[in-house]
Amino acid sequence: MNYSYTILILLIPIAAFLFNGLLGMKFKPIVSGLVGTIGLGIVFLLSWYTAWQYFFVGGMVDGEFPKIIAMSMDWLQFTDKLTIRMGIMLDPISVMMLVVVSSVSFMVHIYSLGYMKGEKGFERFYSFLSLFSFSMLGLVVATNIFQMYVFWELVGISSFLLIGFYYQKPSAVAASKKAFIVTRFADLGFLIGILLLSFFTQTFDFTTLTGADHSIFESGAAKSFMGMSVFTWACLLIFMGGAGKSAMFPFHIWLPDAMEGPTPVSALIHAATMVVAGVFLVARMFPVFFFQAPDALEVIAYVGGFTSLFAAIIACTQYDIKRVLAFSTLSQIGYMILALGVSGYEGHEGVGYMASMFHLFTHAFFKALLFLGAGAIIHAVHSNVMQDMGGLRKYMPITHITFLIACLTISGVPFLSAFFSKDEILVAAFHHNKLLFAVEYLVAGITAFYMFRLYFSIFWGKDTQYHHTPHEAPKVMTIPLMILAIGSIFAGYVPFAKLITADGRPFESHIDFAIAIPSVLIGLVGIGLAMLMYRKETHIPERISIALGGFYKTVYNKFYIDEIYLFITKKIIFNYISRPVAWFDRHIVDGTMNGIGWITLTSAKKIKGLQSGYLPQYGMVFALAAVVFVLIFAFLVR
Amino acid sequence: MIEGIPMTHVLIVSAFMFFAGICGFIIRRNMITILMSIELILNAVNINLVVFNKYLYPDQLQGQFFALFVVGIAAAEASVAIALIINIYRRLNSINVEQVNEMKY
Repeated sequence: MNYSYTILILLIPIAAFLFNGLLGMKFKPIVSGLVGTIGLGIVFLLSWYTAWQYFFVGGMVDGEFPKIIAMSMDWLQFTDKLTIRMGIMLDPISVMMLVVVSSVSFMVHIYSLGYMKGEKGFERFYSFLSLFSFSMLGLVVATNIFQMYVFWELVGISSFLLIGFYYQKPSAVAASKKAFIVTRFADLGFLIGILLLSFFTQTFDFTTLTGADHSIFESGAAKSFMGMSVFTWACLLIFMGGAGKSAMFPFHIWLPDAMEGPTPVSALIHAATMVVAGVFLVARMFPVFFFQAPDALEVIAYVGGFTSLFAAIIACTQYDIKRVLAFSTLSQIGYMILALGVSGYEGHEGVGYMASMFHLFTHAFFKALLFLGAGAIIHAVHSNVMQDMGGLRKYMPITHITFLIACLTISGVPFLSAFFSKDEILVAAFHHNKLLFAVEYLVAGITAFYMFRLYFSIFWGKDTQYHHTPHEAPKVMTIPLMILAIGSIFAGYVPFAKLITADGRPFESHIDFAIAIPSVLIGLVGIGLAMLMYRKETHIPERISIALGGFYKTVYNKFYIDEIYLFITKKIIFNYISRPVAWFDRHIVDGTMNGIGWITLTSAKKIKGLQSGYLPQYGMVFALAAVVFVLIFAFLVR
Repeated sequence: MIEGIPMTHVLIVSAFMFFAGICGFIIRRNMITILMSIELILNAVNINLVVFNKYLYPDQLQGQFFALFVVGIAAAEASVAIALIINIYRRLNSINVEQVNEMKY
């Protein structure tokens, strides 16, 4: 089976990036838009072709899906043993991610043709989008953990560039810096984790790390540090990187602010692709986590569960529609992380792993749809805030229907895609840990509530008087919405248990009605509550928020996590660490250097009169010195 | 070489020449004169070389050959120095060494 064409999947976006970045200014904006979109269109087709070829033509070898190295070349050769390679690895999850990333990216490229039309920096936008697509695709096909790290950082920088796209807006600049610094801080953990892991296993390769041969772990297995084995530490640190990118608690603070970027960017990066990189990382390293660091996996499950509950509660109180969606993303990624944390490895035990990947897949479609729909609404209303909206269903029929589909999907209404994936996650949680199951069950209800709060506030509710009558978005924006709506209805019918499993071997999965029915019911309860409170303009929400008082205020301010961060960084770190360090630098380090300079300068000033430029004087000094030396040698040195 | 003249006599002549050169180098203001003083110093050294060779190692020739080299070098040095002096004269309209002090701090 020849997969060498997969290199094009990486080359086309980087070529589009270079073209738009270097030459985009020379042409009309639409040229760079079309170059980016057509390039991504080809990548989209190639990715689907790869998936078809991998799953249905190549198929299983000895009953499991193989890991195929489609291409590999030495990038940095340090010593005979230590070589860093760049390459393309195809296995079920990377192929699935190729499909997800290229599809969502393609839809966003098309959509942006309409959404960003007439914006200053159109070609810059498209070049950044291409750069992002390149980095994300490179990340998912990485053959070794080091290549993944390189692309991981590339993804970080393109996210930074896109969040700060409106670089004249101070809030956008602040948000982009925040996103970059928070994720970069987490990546420090990732790097240390990589170094620890590769130091003890002597390899970077995923194939070796996740293979059946566990002998590479023997050298480090006995060593421990502060009561935990070396591999537990390595895995926790690697997960720290993943938590940074996936915005898990306590690194979640950057994601809501990242909504300052253009809405298509939020759809692409902060909903469907980049933020699931952390999930992908854990899934990629899953055998290492499962066999070498089960404790780390337990931590991961709790982090995921906590974040999903925490974010869902905050989402109920926010008014900025993009922020509601951002917190909803946090909550859904929490689901995926939790599912990985509670997963087993073999056969039906690995249902959590499968469910996590499944939810990642379906989430990409409905969350991108929600964001793009929100973009269409913002485009029409010119506001992000819920209070400025209401009654939009009359003006924007297509956006309304697709948004409703997405809301129904995320609420877990039967026979839409998230129903299947969420059910699998709940099954996995139920068999592993009842507490986490209860949390997730509750979150399912809250999710339905806040999504329909959003839906009713935008499309129903009060009849807002608009300055300009809102109009439906142009076709180039509604067509991606419709395609994604079809995706979010039918993505659930992909037989994931047959294709993507922890050990690469398919298993039988079926809907567990004992869990599915209650979860649908709580979803319906959430929807019903939202309908009661927000369908018509009522005073119920107001009264509830007053009744809850302080708690409501805390939640509305996102539990003051940002303020805690600011307190720690500004008050404690700045005052007690940075200031003494700055003092030491300014007075001791600089003082030494300045002192040396001062001594040289002053002594030079004192003796510069000797350089009179007067030749006879030089001759005199020379002659006298010669005499003195002669005397010294004649009388003192014998 | 005249028989009977002691070595010290010749050395006294060379020392006199040497210090005359040093004094000229320091005292005189005219660059050409300074150059001539340098030639005096060099020739004083040449006399020493030849004298020591002749009186101490009469069967060898190194000292005399060395004196020949010094003469060659002195010729080259004189030509370079005169070229410099001509340039300085064109620039400053003077060869007074006191006026050539642009290289001070």
